[in-house]
Amino acid sequence: MSIDRRAFLAKSFGGFAAGTTLAAGEAQALTLARPDKVASPDAVGILYDSTLCVGCKACVAACKAANGAPAVVPATLADWNQGEWDSAEDLDGRTLNVIKAYVNGTREVKDRETDGFAFVKRHCLHCIDPSCVSVCPVSAMQKHPVSGIVTNDKDACMGCRYCSYACPFGVPQFDLTQAYGRINKCEMCGHLQAKGGIPACCDVCPTGASLFGKLTDLQKEAETRISLPAGTPHDFPRGRLGGDRPANPGQTANYLKKVYGEKDAGGTQLRYIAGVPFDKLGLPNLPNHSFAATAEGIQHTIYKWFAAPVVLFAGLLALTYRSTRKGNGGAGGDAPHSSEKS
Amino acid sequence: MHDAHVQPRPLGGRILTVPVAILTVLTLVGFYYIAKRYFFGIGAVANVNPGYPWGIWVAFDVIVGPAIGCGGFAMALLTYVLNQGKYHPIMRPALLGGLFGYTLAGVAVMIDLGRYFNSMNLLLPWHLNTNSIMLETALCVMAYVAVLWIEFSPAFLERFGLSKLRKTLERFMFVIIALGVLLPTMHQSALGTILAVNESKLSPLWWTQLLPVLYLISAVAMGYSVVAFEATLVSRGFRLKSELPLLSSIGRIILWLVVAFMFIRIGVIVLNGNLGLAFESTRAALLFWVETFLFGAAIVLLSTDRLRRTERYIFLSACALLLGGTFYRLDSYLLVYTGSPGWRYFPSVPELMITIGLVSLHVLLFILFCKLLPVLSNPPRQAAEAHAS
Ligand code: SF4
Ligand code: SF4
Ligand code: SF4
Repeated sequence: MSIDRRAFLAKSFGGFAAGTTLAAGEAQALTLARPDKVASPDAVGILYDSTLCVGCKACVAACKAANGAPAVVPATLADWNQGEWDSAEDLDGRTLNVIKAYVNGTREVKDRETDGFAFVKRHCLHCIDPSCVSVCPVSAMQKHPVSGIVTNDKDACMGCRYCSYACPFGVPQFDLTQAYGRINKCEMCGHLQAKGGIPACCDVCPTGASLFGKLTDLQKEAETRISLPAGTPHDFPRGRLGGDRPANPGQTANYLKKVYGEKDAGGTQLRYIAGVPFDKLGLPNLPNHSFAATAEGIQHTIYKWFAAPVVLFAGLLALTYRSTRKGNGGAGGDAPHSSEKS
Repeated sequence: MHDAHVQPRPLGGRILTVPVAILTVLTLVGFYYIAKRYFFGIGAVANVNPGYPWGIWVAFDVIVGPAIGCGGFAMALLTYVLNQGKYHPIMRPALLGGLFGYTLAGVAVMIDLGRYFNSMNLLLPWHLNTNSIMLETALCVMAYVAVLWIEFSPAFLERFGLSKLRKTLERFMFVIIALGVLLPTMHQSALGTILAVNESKLSPLWWTQLLPVLYLISAVAMGYSVVAFEATLVSRGFRLKSELPLLSSIGRIILWLVVAFMFIRIGVIVLNGNLGLAFESTRAALLFWVETFLFGAAIVLLSTDRLRRTERYIFLSACALLLGGTFYRLDSYLLVYTGSPGWRYFPSVPELMITIGLVSLHVLLFILFCKLLPVLSNPPRQAAEAHAS
């Protein structure tokens, strides 16, 4: 009988663990990942052109106003700044959007890696196959099936911060300053879009560095810009791509030949172009697949049709039933038949 | 001799001893800060920040705690599934350790959750996200806490002479015991799968698609180790006869589990061509070697029959393995987690005091339960010696 038991264990308990993942073989080619999701054809997005950004932070102020977020003052500035001047240095529970600077050496030339400087705008990238939506246990993080906007529902959210922990860009932020805080993140100003408006940050951007539009159009615009030789005259649209605002006439910069977010982490609806390598701007080097796809793939391999747990449970029931009936093991951490034995 | 320790009984004795007093004070300090957290928010006591959203409350209390609490699971596996009745006398203390390990992890979750009232949503079908590994973990752990209390309940029923209820319970106990093996198998592996999404934030010395397998094996190994650890401490601390023969056979099992763990872990690293990362001068490499040393030490200390028959080596190997497993979890959840650039995390004193308070409460309750309820079944050392001679 103990042979049976061991054989069963080898097959199911061990099998549950190793067998289900054996297929992995672990070489990356043999991935358990499900296919990545693809963008909705009507997805909207934002194109951020780092070379156009002048670092005015008008978008940061507008974002705070549009989303009712209070000013943030770092402790180091608190002695002279009582909150009149929002000075958030990074995303936090009250800051959905922030402009950061890259500086190097003498900081002489804009958008140059050595002895230069550059700006970068940080907020939710509205991933096409987002980690935050995948990991949220209570479905508080949602991706709109048409627009692709990723939102947080504070009435569903339990504040576990798994979304912050898992977001490859460190975006969702829980407001830790409140007794009962909430997750705050850029929701692409969905409330303004619902009224026919555009995201506040794109609305106020003087140069068109933050440009709102249809994702496919934005990608085309980005590809055009990076394919033109540096110094080519170009009309940079402002506000909404295809809108009626006068464009910002200028010249193309010395772009890197890459649109960040086209494929990174399976693609995002905020796309970046820049003159300084993206990882220097705080945008990590990521593989071209969605992490949600990998994690869900592993999970659903183990729990395919819930078969492994059911088989394991059935086997365990048979064994524990025999065990307790025969008085060989006993129930509840004790020997029910010990009185007979002693 | 076997019969001599079949029937567990309360230890009795004085309740208020020096260790009990110290543990009570530490617990109260912890609860002071817990109150502060509820009135003023997580940020008022903890150093978690925008770059490091999870700190020690998650990495230690919620991830390491239940692994240390795996004693009940590991022993149930032996006692009932492999039908090894001889392990029986250490079943109840093992369950008791698990009971508090898990219950207090649940308490820690409620402290760490920013919007704890909404944890109700975990039970509302229309809110559930079946893609979320945390959902599976949360539901499994909740169910398992209930299972543990039921598994342990005979101790209460015996104490208060409710033998009829106990009889009824016995009839269904096999279901509970089966669940008591199934649920930890599911969630201990899931604790590894939670990290699967962090491919870009976790060094390949830890990240692999086999994370669930590694987490499961190491949890079972830690479960057996904690049994060996607790049994030694209990027999010394309460001056009871040692459980050495049982511990020796457990040592064998621990050995093979650790060997399997190391084989898979290192194998994956080598196959993926990532071994070079272990030889860079990084924090990750250092921590990797700390873990490897601890797991390696456990293997060496358990490698021969002679070593396994010496209480000291069993105890040392259990310590090495518990530390190794603890590091493995702390490292992968926190110490080699890549937070957002520019941020650092080190726990604050109040944050630490909450964790220390919960651990103290765990030990405190364990001691009190052993004194008041039929948990331990070793005869006192003198009696055993008299019996033997
Ligand atoms: S950037 Fe982060 S928060 Fe935004 S959609 Fe992607 S995973 Fe979610
Ligand atoms: S913090 Fe809220 S939104 Fe984020 S994963 Fe947890 S429950 Fe979901
Ligand atoms: S889209 Fe709206 S919420 Fe998002 S960064 Fe711009 S202004 Fe802020």
